[in-house]
Amino acid sequence: MADMSAQGQEPEVLFWVGCAGSYDDRYKRVTKAFVKILHKVGVQFAVLGPEETCTGDPARRAGNEFLFQMQAASNIEVLNGYNVKKIVTACPHCFNTIKNEYPELGGNYEVIHHSTFLQQLINEGRIKLQGGGAFNGKKITYHDSCFLGRANNIYEAPREVLEALDADLVEMKRCRTKGFCCGAGGAQMFKDAEAGKKEVNTERTEEALSTGAQTIAVACPFCMTMMSDGVKNKNKEKEVAVKDIAEIIAENEKL
Amino acid sequence: MGLIQQIVFLLVLAIAGYMLYRRISRIRQNILLGKEGKHNDQPSVRSKNMLLVAFGQKKMFKKFIPAFLHLCIYVGFIVINLEVLEFVLAGIFGTHRIFAPTLGSFYTIPINIFEFLAVTVILSCVFFLLRRNVLPIKRFNARELTAWPKLDANIILVVEIILMFAILTMNATDQILQDRPDANYPDTGYLFFSGLFIPLFEGMSTRSLIFVERFAWWFHIIGILGFAIYITYSKHLHIFMAFPQTYYARIAPKGKMDNMPAVTKEVQIMLGAQPENGDDTEAEEVGRFGAKDVNDLDWRDIMGAYACTECGRCTAECPANQTGKKLSPRKIMMDTRDRSEEVGKSLQKGGKGLEDGKSLLDDYIQREEINACTSCNACVEACPININPLAIILQLRRYVAMEEAQSPPAWNAMFSNVENNFAPWKFAPTDRFNWADELADETGGTQKESQE
Repeated sequence: MADMSAQGQEPEVLFWVGCAGSYDDRYKRVTKAFVKILHKVGVQFAVLGPEETCTGDPARRAGNEFLFQMQAASNIEVLNGYNVKKIVTACPHCFNTIKNEYPELGGNYEVIHHSTFLQQLINEGRIKLQGGGAFNGKKITYHDSCFLGRANNIYEAPREVLEALDADLVEMKRCRTKGFCCGAGGAQMFKDAEAGKKEVNTERTEEALSTGAQTIAVACPFCMTMMSDGVKNKNKEKEVAVKDIAEIIAENEKL
Repeated sequence: MGLIQQIVFLLVLAIAGYMLYRRISRIRQNILLGKEGKHNDQPSVRSKNMLLVAFGQKKMFKKFIPAFLHLCIYVGFIVINLEVLEFVLAGIFGTHRIFAPTLGSFYTIPINIFEFLAVTVILSCVFFLLRRNVLPIKRFNARELTAWPKLDANIILVVEIILMFAILTMNATDQILQDRPDANYPDTGYLFFSGLFIPLFEGMSTRSLIFVERFAWWFHIIGILGFAIYITYSKHLHIFMAFPQTYYARIAPKGKMDNMPAVTKEVQIMLGAQPENGDDTEAEEVGRFGAKDVNDLDWRDIMGAYACTECGRCTAECPANQTGKKLSPRKIMMDTRDRSEEVGKSLQKGGKGLEDGKSLLDDYIQREEINACTSCNACVEACPININPLAIILQLRRYVAMEEAQSPPAWNAMFSNVENNFAPWKFAPTDRFNWADELADETGGTQKESQE
C-alpha cells in the first residue's frame, strides 16, 4: 500500500489479510489462494503488509477494551492515512470489527467479507467457474461462521459460491441461524476451554462428518483451525478435507 | 347483586390495585438501578420489532407446536379479558351480564367464542404441564431450574386451568338458572362448552346453584387479580415485559459490541490527541469499567432479566452449554433478576442495598461461566423476545479484565502479544508479509511488488 500510495495510485480494494492469514501456516494458503484469484481476475488491490496489525477483536471480546481501542485507533490512523475506502478480508472477526465497530471510532469504510466478494465476482462474470471441475457432484458441507452468520446475517453468499461449482451441498442439522459455533470465537481461540463433557469443535466435527461430505467448507480462520483439529482427532484427515471457499475456487480453477 | 357485594368488590379492587402499584414501582426502581442507556432511536424500527416479535410472536414460530399452543393461551388471555370487563362493570354497578340485554341474541356469539378459547387454553396448559413434567425435554431440566422456578411454571399453568374452569362452571350454572322461574337470570342463549357441564349441576336447588354461580364469579375475578399480583413476582411477567423488551432491544448487527466512550477518551489522551469534545474541564463520572454488579449494567439488561420467561431456548442453543460447560445464558438472566430483586428488597427495608458485600459477579455468576462464552450470539438469536444475555457476559468480562486484571492467564498472554507484537500470537511483526514471498516462490513471479 505504501508503494502504491507513493506512486499516487489508489487501489480498487484493500485486502485486509488478518493475523491468521499472515502467520498461520494453514491459513496462509487461504491468503495465497485468494490473492491468486484476485490476480487472475485482475482486481487491482493492495495490502498493508507490515503496517497491518490485529484489529483488536480478541482483546475486546475478552474484556480488554483499552487494548482494543488502542489497536483500533492505530489501524484507523493507517487506513485513513491511505484514504482507504473499500476493504475485503477473509476473516469474519476482522470483518465484523472493521465494519461494525470502527465507524464509531472514526473508521468508515465499505467492508466486504471475501465470501461476498467472491460471490459478487461470480455474479459479475469476472470469475467464470468451469463446471465439471474438481468439486463437481462432490459432497460439500458448509460450516457457518458465527461472526458472518448470526453476527452479520451473511448466510447465502458462501453457499452460492459453493453451488456455483455444481457441488452437492449438504447441510448439517444445525445451520444458518441455528449454526453451531466452532468453539473459537469470543477469544476462546487463545485459551483452553472450560471443563465440560466435550470440546465444542469435537461436537461440531462429528456433526459435519455425519453428513458424509468429503469437504467441509469454512469461511473463517478460527473455524478452519477448529474443524481441522476435529477432523484430525477423528483420524479422518485422509478422507475429509477442511477448505476455505477461496481455496475451493482456486482449486477448481487450477490456480 | 347486593350493595354489600358491591362494596366488597370495590375494596378487593382497591387493595389489588394498590398492591400492583407498589410492586410495579418496585420493579421500575430495580430496573433503574442500571445505567442510563439511550435506546429510543429509530422508533419506527423499534415499533415494528415490537409488533412482529412481541405482538406477532414471530420468533416463537421457529418451533411450530409449542408456538401454536402458546398462541392459543396468548389469544385466549387477551380475548377473555373482554369478558373480565363485563365482570368489573358488574362488580362496580351491581349488575349481572350487563351486555346481555343490550346485545340481545348477538351476546351468545362472543361468549361462545370466549368459551372456545377457554377450552383451547385448558388443553394447551395441560399439554405444557405434560411437556414440562413428563417429557424428557432437556431445557426444562437444567441445573438452574431449581425448586422455585419449576414450581413457578407449574403454578401458572395450574392456575390458568382452574380460572378457565371457573368461567365454564359459572356459565353452566348460569344457563340452568335462566330456566328457573325463581332466579330471574337474563337469557344468554345456548353456550356450547359450558353446556356440556350442565348435567353435573342440574339436580341442584336454585339456592345452591346461585351460590355456585356466584362463587365461580368471585373466584374468577379474585383469581385474576391475584394472578396479576403473583406474576409480578414470577417469570410470567413476560406477558407485559415482552413489549418494552422488544421495543428497546438492540437493533445494531448482533456482532457489534457496545462502545465505551470513556475508554475512547482515555485512549485519545494517551495517544496525545485532543479529545473530540475539547471541553474537558467538566469532570465526568466514569464509574467502573465493565460490570461487577447490577448497577453497572445498562437498565435495558435488567429489564431483560424481568422479561425473561426462563424458557431456556438460549441455553438449549448455547454451544458451551451443549458441550457440558457451566455457562447457561438463561442462568445469567435469572441471576441478574435475582440480584436486582435482592438489592431492591434490601432498599425497600432501608437496608444496605448494593453495599451488602455481595455482587452479581462471583456471588451469583461464576467466572467459569462467563469465560466459557464464545460470543457466538446463539442465545441472542434464540430468545423469542430479543433478550441479550451476551451483553451482560461481555460487561462482566470487561470488569474482570480492566478493573481487576484477573483474566485467565492465557488471555493475559494474548493481550501482551497484541500489545507487543500487534498480533494475538507471538510472531515478529516483520514476518507479517512473508506469505507474499512464499507466493512469489510458488508462482515464480514477482507478485509481491504488485501488491505492496
